Amino acid sequence: MNKNKASLGYDFIKGFIQENPTFSLAVGMCPTLAVTTSLVNGFWMGVAVIFVLTFSNVFVSLLRKVIPDEIRIPVFIILIATPVVIVELVMKAYMPAMYNILGIFVPLIVVNCIIFHRAEAFAYRNPVLNSAMDALGSGMAFTLNLMLIGGIREFLGTGQIAFGSAVFPKVPLFEPAAVMLTPPGGFITLGALMALLNIAVARASKRKKSESQVG
Amino acid sequence: MEDRLLVTPAPHMKSTKTVQGLMLDVVIALLPAAIAGTILFGFRSLLVILASVASAVASEAIYQKAVKRPVSINDFSAVITGLLLALTLPPDVPVWIPVIGSAFAIVIAKQVFGGLGYNFVNPALAARAFLIAAWPLHMTRDWLNPMTYEALSSATPLVGFNATGQAGLTLTQMLLGQRPGSIGETCILALLLGGLYLIVRDVIDYRIPLGYLGTLALGTWIFGKPGALFQGGALSGVFLGGAFIGAFFMATDYVTSPVTQRGRLYMGIGAGLITLVIRLWGGYPEGVTYAILFMNLVTPLIDNYVIPRYYGSGHDAKARKAAGGETR
Repeated sequence: MNKNKASLGYDFIKGFIQENPTFSLAVGMCPTLAVTTSLVNGFWMGVAVIFVLTFSNVFVSLLRKVIPDEIRIPVFIILIATPVVIVELVMKAYMPAMYNILGIFVPLIVVNCIIFHRAEAFAYRNPVLNSAMDALGSGMAFTLNLMLIGGIREFLGTGQIAFGSAVFPKVPLFEPAAVMLTPPGGFITLGALMALLNIAVARASKRKKSESQVG
Repeated sequence: MEDRLLVTPAPHMKSTKTVQGLMLDVVIALLPAAIAGTILFGFRSLLVILASVASAVASEAIYQKAVKRPVSINDFSAVITGLLLALTLPPDVPVWIPVIGSAFAIVIAKQVFGGLGYNFVNPALAARAFLIAAWPLHMTRDWLNPMTYEALSSATPLVGFNATGQAGLTLTQMLLGQRPGSIGETCILALLLGGLYLIVRDVIDYRIPLGYLGTLALGTWIFGKPGALFQGGALSGVFLGGAFIGAFFMATDYVTSPVTQRGRLYMGIGAGLITLVIRLWGGYPEGVTYAILFMNLVTPLIDNYVIPRYYGSGHDAKARKAAGGETR
């Protein structure tokens, strides 16, 4: 029981650093680069992915004993497409403005690598609860990543960060760099953040090593 | 005894050229253009140049210290990057533009890829492209009139030339650089002086500027006048805009240009063609930056396909084939 609980916690937490979808696995790059022109866009894209990922992971895990190995990919696609259609219709109905901004990238969640990767690598061979935790962890890490990239790009590209009606005030004497809202800005931000996370992980593992050597 | 036997792999011919010496030659060759720019556009342009160079050297030192690599600011390559970037900027840009631009050139375009010798595009041009995309208004409007140092209210001569085929300047004005433009691009005589110095000192290969400017002149002569063929101003096409500084100082960067002589000629011709296409039919008034950046990217391809014949090979096989003998 205790062991199971610990592994549930690990399944949730591992999505943030060791198996961070964006910065360590580099999956789901299309929405990461395309919709992160602002913090809010990143947030809603992330929420959509959390929903789809949890739904598909839970059902893949539930059905993992009855899905024939040979046709598992088509079955995964059906299991993923269902929540994607739900997200798409709900977004269209209740937040048409955001749906227009995210555009093609909402239906494209069907072929999002994060969701496929978690289904194939985790949910297909793990119990339901673990798969749900795994989906929540990966999805929330993905959302955080998109918000981070979107926030940096929005701030550097427009000089402010808007979240709903609250607007982070403009900084005086700062001229926004339009390039940050274009694809090159997305690549530069992504690359810089990836490098920083790698440095942090390398430093941490080095410290752990030297500590274990001392101890 | 064993110490006196020195075993080294080939090649055994040694040159007295050093990275530092070559780079210093390029700095010397750029000085006339920098001085001309300062005279033409005033104290402000000197400020831009100094800020750019200082930022480039400081960025290199800080980055190399941060990642614990040997600090290589003594090889002058950062000075050249800063100087080159400044010379391609409009004279009236705010001083933070060259500072950010040089930092981008050194850190993002050069050091992240491994430093000198590993950058896949010319750092100064990459930074210029970044600045155009980031602050387009500053990069396309902050021109000054030469000698009067007043802000320019009309379009630059190149814009008019692209549209009408008329430069509106005399040959002397173009040679002396008495036209609005980037700090170091206008004074053709100063650039020619520096370029010839580099060719004479065997620092750069004449084939790249020859191919570049030749193609651009020929193309401008053929297509430069709207509605008519073979009536364009070939000289104006080469003297206006940044083609001269690009051909002599940017496209000839060792790291990002082909290693073979024929390949270098192809690179020059390619850059000339792209510049021409962007100027006459593209959305930007000037295409030198993108033309050279594009040819930088194509350089590995050129090096892959343009392979010189080994000395002594080839003829023999051909002769035997002609005689109907075995062609092995």
